[in-house]
Amino acid sequence: MASPSLMDTLFQRTLDDIIKGLRHQQAGESAFISKVVEEIRREIKSTDLHTKSIALQKLTYLNSIYFIDMSWAAFHAIECISSPNFSHKKVGYLAISMSFNESTSVILLITNQLRKDLKSNNEFEVSLALDCLSRIGTADLCRDLTPEVFTLLSSSKVFVRKKAIGVVLRVFGKYPDAVRVCFKRLVECLDGTDPQIVSAVVGVFCELASKDPRSYLPLAPEFYRILVDSRNNWVLIKVLKIFAKLAPLEPRLAKRVVEPICEHMRRTGAKSLMFECIRTVVTSFTDYESAVKLSVAKIRDFLVDDDPNLKYLGLHALSIIAPNHLWAVLENKEVVIKSLSDDDPNVKLESLRLVVAMVSESNVVEICRVLVNYSLKSDPEFCNEILGSILSKCCQNVYEIIVDFDWYVSLLGEMSRIPHCQKGEEIENQLIDIGMRVKDVRPELVRVGRDLLIDPALLGNSFLHRILSAAAWVCGEYVEFSRKPVELVEALLQPRTSLLPPSIRTVYIQSAFKILIFCLHSYLLQRENIADDMASEMLGLKSQGECSGSSALVAGKAPARQEQDEGFNPRDSNKSYEDLSIINEGDVSALLEKGFTHESIVNLLNLIELALGPLSGSPDVEVQERSKNVLGFVDLIKQEISNGFVSERASKIIDMVHDAFTEELGPVSVNAQEKVPIPDGLMLKESLADLDAICGNVQLPSSISFSMGSPFGESVGASVSIPQSKEESEPSSESTSLLAEHRKRHGLYYLPSEKNETLANDYPPANDPKSSDNTNDDAQDLVKLADKSLLPKRRSNHAKPRPVVVKLDEGDVVPFIAKKSDTRDDLLSDAVRDILLGNVAKTASSQSIISDKSSSKRKGKEKLNVDLPESREILGVEKPDLGNPSSRRSKHRSHGKEKSRKSPEKKNSDEIGDGEKEKQKSRHRHGRHKTKQRAEGPLNVAAQTPVIPDFLL
Amino acid sequence: MIHFVLLISRQGKVRLTKWYSPYSQKERNKVIRELSGVILTRGPKLCNFVEWRGYKVVYKRYASLYFCMCIDQDDNELEVLEIIHHYVEILDRYFGSVCELDLIFNFHKAYYILDELLIAGELQESSKKTVARLIAAQDSLVETAKEQASSISNIIAQATK
Repeated sequence: MASPSLMDTLFQRTLDDIIKGLRHQQAGESAFISKVVEEIRREIKSTDLHTKSIALQKLTYLNSIYFIDMSWAAFHAIECISSPNFSHKKVGYLAISMSFNESTSVILLITNQLRKDLKSNNEFEVSLALDCLSRIGTADLCRDLTPEVFTLLSSSKVFVRKKAIGVVLRVFGKYPDAVRVCFKRLVECLDGTDPQIVSAVVGVFCELASKDPRSYLPLAPEFYRILVDSRNNWVLIKVLKIFAKLAPLEPRLAKRVVEPICEHMRRTGAKSLMFECIRTVVTSFTDYESAVKLSVAKIRDFLVDDDPNLKYLGLHALSIIAPNHLWAVLENKEVVIKSLSDDDPNVKLESLRLVVAMVSESNVVEICRVLVNYSLKSDPEFCNEILGSILSKCCQNVYEIIVDFDWYVSLLGEMSRIPHCQKGEEIENQLIDIGMRVKDVRPELVRVGRDLLIDPALLGNSFLHRILSAAAWVCGEYVEFSRKPVELVEALLQPRTSLLPPSIRTVYIQSAFKILIFCLHSYLLQRENIADDMASEMLGLKSQGECSGSSALVAGKAPARQEQDEGFNPRDSNKSYEDLSIINEGDVSALLEKGFTHESIVNLLNLIELALGPLSGSPDVEVQERSKNVLGFVDLIKQEISNGFVSERASKIIDMVHDAFTEELGPVSVNAQEKVPIPDGLMLKESLADLDAICGNVQLPSSISFSMGSPFGESVGASVSIPQSKEESEPSSESTSLLAEHRKRHGLYYLPSEKNETLANDYPPANDPKSSDNTNDDAQDLVKLADKSLLPKRRSNHAKPRPVVVKLDEGDVVPFIAKKSDTRDDLLSDAVRDILLGNVAKTASSQSIISDKSSSKRKGKEKLNVDLPESREILGVEKPDLGNPSSRRSKHRSHGKEKSRKSPEKKNSDEIGDGEKEKQKSRHRHGRHKTKQRAEGPLNVAAQTPVIPDFLL
Repeated sequence: MIHFVLLISRQGKVRLTKWYSPYSQKERNKVIRELSGVILTRGPKLCNFVEWRGYKVVYKRYASLYFCMCIDQDDNELEVLEIIHHYVEILDRYFGSVCELDLIFNFHKAYYILDELLIAGELQESSKKTVARLIAAQDSLVETAKEQASSISNIIAQATK
């Protein structure tokens, strides 16, 4: 064994060799590395620690830079740290802190070595061990080493002490019970004169307080002292962070602290401290007018600074304050809006948030216009950020800020056509949601839906499919507001719908069915009326034609569109229908009044049959089934209404189906399900484990085999495949010429060109940003525009009153889900609370708020988890006899404490006797005592509110 | 607190990684890949902060090296920038106008210096002088230890064991 070891030692490659070697490898890096790792594997087994440590060092290097696995070397690392040689130890510790984690199996082996090093006389060995513990400490390690860390907390060497303080953070996190041992000494460190120690300990408290601020309220006086006295910016920043957490919990504290913070803000030249002051004020001191004003002034300095960092932070601070003090944003709106065109995406994002925060009922139209125009010019990512924030802002609190829903719905339509728009799902939800909630907007909704549906170019964009599905649903559901239902059916069945995923195609089919029913129904109504009115005249096709001709009051238009554009006049034509025509077509003075003819109905039926025929063999079950249903229905009706005669049976069927569809769907509360009582005997929690077993046996047919196995057999399958393949072979992003050709071929499916419908005519490619020509091109204009719109003017008379928006009594509030906090945090804060409350109790010596916790506390070391809930419970129960002297208990407790460390009482008396410096402290204590007596009442009630000394408040 | 420290060269090569929060090896790879993609592509005149997975990454470029630190949402970005600068100054003082090569060949020293600066993700030493003194003291300890180990008598003892 000796000779290979010697060979290894003499000819071992050093780390430098490896690094040089790696730098010379151009291509075969990985081959070189694996060779080196092989070497290391051999060398690391050497008995010579020097060889071993160099091997380990090389491995550490490879691990940290090239992520080579080094977990297999864990044991060798432990061997290295046990070497008496400092350089080996160092290498070993570095390797351990890089590679060990909770699941490393040999981690328990280092406990003793760590303990030994923590007790070492060499401060650098102690520091290595502390560094290591701070990185890898597990619950077990922390528990076992707590006494050593505790001892080091009072080390005479500042260098060691501050590291020990840093390690405490990890120890507390992993092993909360350590608080009972170390906390008091940690608090004492706050009083220290050494700036390094104070800095370290404040850092620890800052981190602790960010998790559970309430527990640290009693320490407020100490922090306050540091805030006022310290001139170290690092420390001040941390203290400010602590106060930002504490202030909201205790208003009296905030009152006291706000002045020193402002003082720092006026005094300091350091931007980091300045920003921390600003952030503290805007997060936690928003009620203090003067402080807010001061910080807004400082924010402005940041905003106009050339440094992009400061600008970003300034915007960030504004966005924090925006919800409470919108004026601060409005004051700086110029900068904010200009930043929208900043180079930096972060700055852009912040300013977008602010612009959206400025949106209110009075300016929503203008700002949205600005933003949508802006989104046309931005890169895809930011464009979607803009759209997303518009959508989420507008739907806030059930469309609180929207007055003009017609405008909003058309905005949604416009947004769908923006290139890069990927907010399909959100727009889909809102279209349907608005349709259900706002009755008055439905005509406009149908119009927008129609515009989307009839544009064949949109079908090629997969991001829009969700929106199209919403449009189809809306058009089907609210078809009574449509002016040309037949046109809708054509749009829904156009050949390019084959580009849609099946789930959306089914929506299309269903909507077409609804529209068909509607058309048939109005046809029937018409017939009945005619029958009533002109009982003496002949029935049939001829009279129908006459009727439609004579009743077409808009005579000028009628002849041109006779064939395809058969209007209708439902007898129950309601008011909103008239509204629609007035709103949509400015020129309409007369009501459109056209009826369906028998011919047009037959055409419609034929169209549906033709379009859905191939789908009845679709491989998708849902599509197939729905189209079969519709086809069956069409078949039936066709037979019944042949020759212009509608049988009794047919009209009955149509009536019934129509009734089924006219039932209005309303919005449903999120909590609705919860309100339904669970019927007796329903076992919701029963295990469904056996369901798997049952389902496992059933062979789910794959979609293909299903269609093959269907009764239509292969002939249908073949007939399907022809049109489909023809359509699918076309790329989704066709050029215009291709489209035109396509259109010629499928002329039947396309809508006739109309003079007022440019959209259907010239086939813009999907999402053509053609509206961008009215975009305001530079930021200056944006500012101007927004300037106008941001004025807090209030339009007294809106063009229209805000329509009714259906809200559900409290259903729109998302149910609050109580978040369970981390148990470990709970443990930690409980422990801290115990200690701090215990402290108070000790100083207020005549009284005690001690409960029987102490007994559990002594045992707590071993089984805290079991005891803690119990002790908390007792805390609540025992509080009421706060004032009663319960000497037995306090004695019991102090006894318990004495076992583990110096008695706090004794220490306290030491302090009081300690002279000048301690005087102030004892005064605090005294004050605390007084508070106790006075605050007895409230304390009894709020069992968990820690006491804050009087002097501060 | 600081969750991790990364040093990445302009070419995307990792020069140093230090993790104060638990990340598995897989996550570490992913984090580095993601962040170097984000940070290296940012232009020179943009701000030094990147929002990333609910955290903030503060980075600063010195010559060809990017120093990145990941912090919590409510930590002070400017303070962390100062910490980075602080670290660079200490490195500079230690190596004597530091360059990337120094860090490549003395990667362990860069770690030791970082360990003196930060502990458990918190700044522990704000004095450059103190850090320099501590590092020098440890270096001399290492040197003496090495000398002892490499003395001839030691090697002979090893060889004849």
